[in-house]
Amino acid sequence: MQQIPVSLLTLVAGVLITLFSLWVGQHHSLLPMQASEQAPLVDGFFNVMMTIATALFVVVEGTILIFLVMFRRRKGDETDGPPIEGNLPLEVFWTAIPTIIVLGLGIYSVDVYSRMGGLESGGHNHTPVHVAHQMPGSAIAATLSDGSEVTPANNPDIGIGAGAKEQGKTADLVVDVTGMQFAWIFNYPDSGVTAGELHVPVGADVQLNLASTDVIHSFWVPQFRLKQDAIPGIPTKLRFVATQVGTYPVVCTELCGGYHGSMRSQVVVHTPEEYESWLTENRIAQQQQELQQAVAVNPAELSVSEFLAPYVRNMGIVNGQLSMVNSK
Amino acid sequence: MTLEIPRNQPPGKEATIVVSGTTHHHPEAWKWYHYFTFNVDHKVIGIQYLVTAFLFYLIGGLMAVAMRAELATPDADLLDPNLYNAFMTNHGTIMIFLWIVPSAIGGFGNFLVPLMVGARDMAFPKLNAIAFWLNPPAGLLILASFFFGGSQSGWTAYPPLSLVTAPIAQSLWILAIVLVGTSSILGSLNFVVTILFMKVPSMKWDQLPLFCWAILATSVLALLSTPVLAAGLVLLLFDLNFGTSFFKPDAGGNVVIYQHLFWFYSHPAVYLMILPIFGIMSEVIPVHARKPIFGYKAIAYSSLAICVVGLFVWVHHMFTSGTPGWMRMFFTISTLIVAVPTGVKIFGWVATLWGGKIRFTSAMLFAIGLLMMFVMGGLSGVTMGTAPFDVHVHDTYYVVAHFHYVLFGGSVFGIYAGIYHWFPKITGRMMNETLGRIHFILTFIGTNLTFLPMHELGLQGMPRRVAMYDPQFTHLNEICTIGAYILGISVIPFTINALWSWIGGKQAGDNPWNALTLEWTTSSPPAIENWEVLPVVSHGPYEYGHDVQPLAATEAST
Ligand code: HEM
Ligand SMILES: [Cu+2]
Ligand SMILES: [Cu+2]
Repeated sequence: MQQIPVSLLTLVAGVLITLFSLWVGQHHSLLPMQASEQAPLVDGFFNVMMTIATALFVVVEGTILIFLVMFRRRKGDETDGPPIEGNLPLEVFWTAIPTIIVLGLGIYSVDVYSRMGGLESGGHNHTPVHVAHQMPGSAIAATLSDGSEVTPANNPDIGIGAGAKEQGKTADLVVDVTGMQFAWIFNYPDSGVTAGELHVPVGADVQLNLASTDVIHSFWVPQFRLKQDAIPGIPTKLRFVATQVGTYPVVCTELCGGYHGSMRSQVVVHTPEEYESWLTENRIAQQQQELQQAVAVNPAELSVSEFLAPYVRNMGIVNGQLSMVNSK
Repeated sequence: MTLEIPRNQPPGKEATIVVSGTTHHHPEAWKWYHYFTFNVDHKVIGIQYLVTAFLFYLIGGLMAVAMRAELATPDADLLDPNLYNAFMTNHGTIMIFLWIVPSAIGGFGNFLVPLMVGARDMAFPKLNAIAFWLNPPAGLLILASFFFGGSQSGWTAYPPLSLVTAPIAQSLWILAIVLVGTSSILGSLNFVVTILFMKVPSMKWDQLPLFCWAILATSVLALLSTPVLAAGLVLLLFDLNFGTSFFKPDAGGNVVIYQHLFWFYSHPAVYLMILPIFGIMSEVIPVHARKPIFGYKAIAYSSLAICVVGLFVWVHHMFTSGTPGWMRMFFTISTLIVAVPTGVKIFGWVATLWGGKIRFTSAMLFAIGLLMMFVMGGLSGVTMGTAPFDVHVHDTYYVVAHFHYVLFGGSVFGIYAGIYHWFPKITGRMMNETLGRIHFILTFIGTNLTFLPMHELGLQGMPRRVAMYDPQFTHLNEICTIGAYILGISVIPFTINALWSWIGGKQAGDNPWNALTLEWTTSSPPAIENWEVLPVVSHGPYEYGHDVQPLAATEAST
């Protein structure tokens, strides 16, 4: 041991740790699959952080463990260690290194964030949204007939906007998303379709305008790496391009009441043809429904569960659950 | 500006502390029942804080175990989801406001600060007692809220949710937090004055123990941020009960303003929890490694730096909420910067180990455990400080994993380290080391088993604060739940150890660890006014390896 110079050992350790960290950064497989244009950006950034974090983790924890073994008290040794109180170069070194790392990460995150669309300044539409319902004892009593008034202004300021490629263009598809205890309602203003799941064509530049009728909800698709709160009274947006055909979970991540955990839906990413046929099918079906309803009832007089009933099928909410929600 | 502060008087003259408003003869030592009274002795108050906080820790811990039992399966089959949320909310609240903060600041701070600076008591003893006695009613209010459904909106109490679920319980909850907030303001004021004005004159500023620096920074932070929380909560209380609409979106209120007010306090609150613990670390490690603390100044100043920068990072809790882009970037950078002073401390402690003669006492084991866990919690914290990645993991189990690494690994381990370290001073008796080791091993394994898998859960898509989850996450959740049971069991050896040692442990002597800070110069447990004659400081608090004798109180007579 004594013959090998310490600097050489350090060097070897350094190289090994670097290689190991680089490997971990690429192969941790902690994240779910990528299904949006933003996902690779976020993942790339995470992998860099993962690499740095692994290296720091191994170095610091390793040092602690080595010290614990090397400098354990031997039996019968009641003396103190050497009175080393500080070492300026060393202290400057370990203040400077983290500073450089975090500033680097800071700059990198600004870059990633602007490419994701997080820094897009947004439109100039400051019209406050009018949330029409009274806030009664229970938020669930919000009358859904006012839904139209909740629809956010066309281009909310807050949220994730157009990414690098879509900057300056209007979105291909705009969907109004309304969060309510404990469901998401997706409304396609161009085609009048309303659904309990989000359907989008792959490759299209989609803008969600998020609103909430009662409490704060948060719209998250883990495979998209995107999340944005739906805030009552403040319109927000989330713009993305889905890159993989498939079905992914939509999760509510802001505590919104007892059944927050069951506020789950799906986003179905179709091929463009499939999407067209889904749209057509639903447009026809819902027009017929509306015709009947217009004659029979005024939606304002419907109870929540009556109003929701047509959507419940789509949303995959079991009946029991809905009645639980309503019985509150 | 001159401030009339009761300074330490020369021995013999007016040195009696004030009990119940009159100077009088006090008994030689406090009897057990004095601990249940409005006693103004800082040591009694410190013990009152510690014991009460530990009781709340057990209650909060039971709630945690109940939650984990519920989460062993994907469905809400054990607890009603609303009850789950009430447990979740009050678990968080109790752990933060009635366990970590009161034990670390109130308990250790009160017991140690006067002893460490060579004072006979805190600057304002009665205020001190009042500050403590605000805590039990706060705890009772929280427990009482369960009769009204329990507040269910998380410890963050975001409106509108907090305005529409269980209004009576929510009001009780708010009153409880306002009480502990008031307690914390009064306590902080007392600490600042005590440290600034009551230090023995022979102690230079660079001889002030690092624990006192930490408490000073903590107190300043508490004084600056707590009133803002109080303001936010009082407005919420008005919305709930008196028809105002500060946070009601349908009546022109703004729900995001609440979040700003809340996090302006509650982010610094994490430093309120961790800074005193850092102080404990800086006391425990040098003694048991027999080395001077490495970089005294850097550690002291980094507490102050954390205190300042910590006030400018709160929006990182709101990256996915209603904040404009520029704000997200500003707060990304400031959040990342706060990692630097924290890192400085970690490196300082690690370097203190270098060349030491490390004794693996229970206190040291917990201190090392903290060091190892905090590295993990710190690294995950940095990742979340960056807006682009936080957008993915915000409000998921990744966050739960992170803050339990920081709060459990970073705070509870430190509190335990402190208890094992100062128990001989507090009670005059040693704790049992074997039980201490069992306690440590169970805690260390339990903590990692419970919280490590949560990182993956969050990254994969499990949101937090849910009583039911997607079945794909069952397996990892089972592991977490097993870990939680182990953690639950881990408090048993500790409780037995503490009670048993207190009654019949080995006599400790004045200075069982051969430590150099002033609290070890008095008897164990310390006499009622701390010293017969006040000590004179002739060396720094951490001069291990130098040829110094531990200060004896008698040395001090001049
Ligand atoms: C002193 C130590 C602890 C502290 C300071 C602490 C703190 C917290 C806080 C602040 C929350 C968030 C509550 C909220 O979002 O409103 C929380 C949630 C939770 N804690 Fe703890 N906790 C501690 C110990 C534990 C232990 C030992 C366990 C498990 C055995 C545990 C399990 C949980 C769980 C399951 C949640 C719910 C997470 C969620 O759904 O967001 N905690 N804790
Ligand atoms: Cu929701
Ligand atoms: Cu929710």
